[in-house]
Order: sequence, then structure tokens, then C-alpha cells
Amino acid sequence: MGYIKGLKCRECGREYPIEPIYVCEFCFGPLEVAYDYAEIKKKISREVIEKRPLSLWRYRELLPIDGDPQVGLASGFSPLVRANNLAKALGVKELYIKDDTVMHPTLSFKDRVVSVALTKAKEFGFDTVACASTGNLAHSVAALGARSGLQRFVFIPATLEQSKITASVVYSPNLIAVDGNYDDVNRLCSEIANKYKWAFVNINIRPYYAEGSKTLGFEIAEQLGWKAPASMVIPCASGSLLTKIWKSLKEFKQIGILDGLETKIYGAQATGCSPIMAALKSGQDVVRPVKPDTIAKSLAIGNPADGYYAISAIRESGGWGEDVSDPEIIDAIKLLAATEGIFAETAGGVTLAAAKKLIEQGRIDRDRSIVICVTGNGLKTQEALSGHTPPVHYIKPNLASFEEVLKGLRR
Amino acid sequence: MVKVRIPTPLQRLTGGKEEVETTAGKVIEIVNALDKEFPGIGERISEGGKIRRFVNIYVNEEDIRFLKAEETVVKDGEEVSIVPAIAGGSRR
Repeated sequence: MGYIKGLKCRECGREYPIEPIYVCEFCFGPLEVAYDYAEIKKKISREVIEKRPLSLWRYRELLPIDGDPQVGLASGFSPLVRANNLAKALGVKELYIKDDTVMHPTLSFKDRVVSVALTKAKEFGFDTVACASTGNLAHSVAALGARSGLQRFVFIPATLEQSKITASVVYSPNLIAVDGNYDDVNRLCSEIANKYKWAFVNINIRPYYAEGSKTLGFEIAEQLGWKAPASMVIPCASGSLLTKIWKSLKEFKQIGILDGLETKIYGAQATGCSPIMAALKSGQDVVRPVKPDTIAKSLAIGNPADGYYAISAIRESGGWGEDVSDPEIIDAIKLLAATEGIFAETAGGVTLAAAKKLIEQGRIDRDRSIVICVTGNGLKTQEALSGHTPPVHYIKPNLASFEEVLKGLRR
Repeated sequence: MVKVRIPTPLQRLTGGKEEVETTAGKVIEIVNALDKEFPGIGERISEGGKIRRFVNIYVNEEDIRFLKAEETVVKDGEEVSIVPAIAGGSRR
């Protein structure tokens, strides 16, 4: 048995049964899963969790499923890497990278949300799953859906990097490339979801799907020895990930797994698509949509569904946010790779570059623990680095030619 | 006439119709016209003459916030789409 009481509108509080619905019929506010925390508190503790397999399902009571996990049994529990070289470069004391670049099976944090979404879709009895995606979600739905024996419709913007298209289509989903940007794809999908009774993971399954992001926060707290960090930097596309990580820490505190919570949450966006940071910085609640123009395509959502809530979470925690230019993103990708041996996709470059700015501004405390969430693998967005990589030394196959290069390097 | 696509949560008010027709005019006038035909729909979409925060409206696939918002004029033959913000989007 699960521990969900039902769905609840985040705006007006109206309650709904556990069904594949996502929006309040009365005020159009988003629906969110409501849990029975008193029961969960009786059931889990640090000790109970520590005995379980190292996957995202070790926090299953705080995830919106009724039966046993069915999808993504090997997903989650990515490394939290102590980043001493990078810490030195940034002039901070205690720095960690939460490294979802090595997430099983598709190398981004989306395997977390999709594991939960597809398990829920199976519980609801759907045989077809679908998604609107900037790439990472497409990979995850295509891959985890294949293994689960589900029919898959994956909708992507046709302008996506070729490598991201290949990494979706290899799993043989029905891949639909739409002539438009992510926001167009998303709007089209919401119209398709109206008509076809499929499990759209980021539309009608969204209340359940989004909960999967909490596992990132749960893991960080556990990996730090059941402590939340002082600062956490999180990339924002729709704003859902940031909102849910904040929720995860609050839940851990509520059920007594965390003793206290003083974490400040910091958001990161690319300047070419920063509707959430723009609203945050101007002190507004209203997120004005923008037309994205950035190399960080996985964050290029001009009309972020959870922007308002992301801003609320940032403010409630006492954090802040920054946006960064494309050259700053590329420099940060190279810095992370050269200092810590982690190759992040463009979104990871955004997060690190924003963290760097926020540290320099004095917004992030240099002397206390900082976690930077790197959510996807750089092998997926190699095109972004073309023309910006360090030099390759081409030589003839003889010693003299090699030593010529060596001489140049030692100069 | 103008074609208006109705999202699932509002179809109970339109008797299950996914698409309805109304006369051309400003977006806010169209909302008011819909409310006359399907009482209650107006307050779901708008509040005090403004479109609600969690509702996105598109005219021929363009988010009206990139046009003239509630004052955007919809001409004969154009299409209006009402989409919950949670799954919204904008055209480049």
C-alpha cells in the first residue's frame, strides 16, 4: 500500500482522487500529490532506508505509488562527489557535485522522474506512454518504456542536436519531430493528450512524475550523512526540479529524518532563456514567457510551468539565482571537466557558471557546504563545444614529431 | 467565425465539446461571449477582465502574452486555443 491521500490543487486546495489528471477544474492550478506524513513517519527512518538497495526507490514511501516499483529499479543513487579541485578554483571550502551524468540508464536526472511516471502509468493501466521533450526526457521515456514493454510516442523539437535525436530513436519509440520549439511541442502535446488516452508523463502524469525529482534531494541529504547542505545550486527549465528538491528537504525535516533545515536554494538559467531568474531579480511573481535563444537547449523552456513555485521556493529558503551567457556556459563545462573529470551537458555548465557568479557576488557562503546539481551528461551535447575545445596535437608517427610537440608544451 | 479549442477541464461546461465557434473580436470579448453560451466558463478563464495566471491563451499558436494579451484581436477564420499553464507553450 502507498501513502498518498489524493491529489490537491496547489492554488485553491480542492481535493481530487488519484487519477491521471493534472489541473484543477476550478482555478486551473496544478495538482500535487498529498501524502499521509504521520503514517510515513512511523514506517521509515534513517536506519530503514540505509538497509535498502541503492536506488531511488529506497525512499518509496515518499513517492506516489501504490504497489511495488516496476520501472527503473537500477536508477538513482548517483555519486555525490567531493570536488576539492573545483573548490580550490572557486575559492570555497566544501564543495560537492551531485553527479547525475552517470544516471542509469540514460545519463540524466530524467531517469528519476520517468521511473516514477512509468510505474504510475502501469498502475493506472496505460499501455502507451508519451512525452514532450528537449532530449533528456525523450531518451529516458524511450529507454525505460522499452524495457517496460510500453508503446511510446516521443515528441521533440525538430531543431534538437543530432546526437540527442539518435539517442532517442535507437530505442525504437515512435519519434515525432515537431517543426517548432519546446513550448510549441508542449502545447501540441497538451492538445493531443486531450484527445488520446495515453500517459503523457509531463502532462496528465505530471503530478506523479514530478515527485521523482525529490529523490535527488533525498540522496544528497543522505550522502552528506543525513544533513542538508548550506547552499544548493539547481538548474531551472520548467522550475519543477528546484521546487521538488526544496520539497524533499522539507519532507525529510517533517518526518524527522533531518534535524534542521537551513539550506539556501539557488536557481540557474541561461541568459538566453531566463524567465524565472528575470522575475526573481525584478521582485515579481509573474513569470513573463520568453523566446529561448541559448546553447543550453535542455533548459530552453520559455514558458516555465513551475516558474512561480520555483521563485517561491528560492525566496522561502533565502536563496537567490543567476543567469549566464553561452560563453560562460562553455567555460564552466570545461572547468568542471578539467578539475573534476566530469563531463556535463550544457545545463551543467549553466549551473556551475551560475554558482561561480553567486559565489563571487557573495550570495553563496564560501565557508559552508555547497552542492551543485549536475543533471545530464556532456556526451549528449558535444556539438555545443565544437570550436571551443582545447587543442589536439597532430603529429607524424615518429619520436621526433612527438618531441617537437613536447618541447612546445614545456616552453 | 472563430474556432476555440477547449481543454479537458472545461469540457464539462461545453457539454463535452472540444471545439466551439464564436464571433471574432478581442480575446476578452471572446471569453465573455463564451460565458454567455456556456455559463461559468468566463470565471474559470479570467478574473476581473484579466486572464488567470494558470491559463495560457494562443491565437493561431502564438501566446497572447507576445501579442496584446487580453486586447489581442482575433479575426474571422483564426483559431484560439485555451491551455492550462502547466502544459503551456509559446511559438518562436
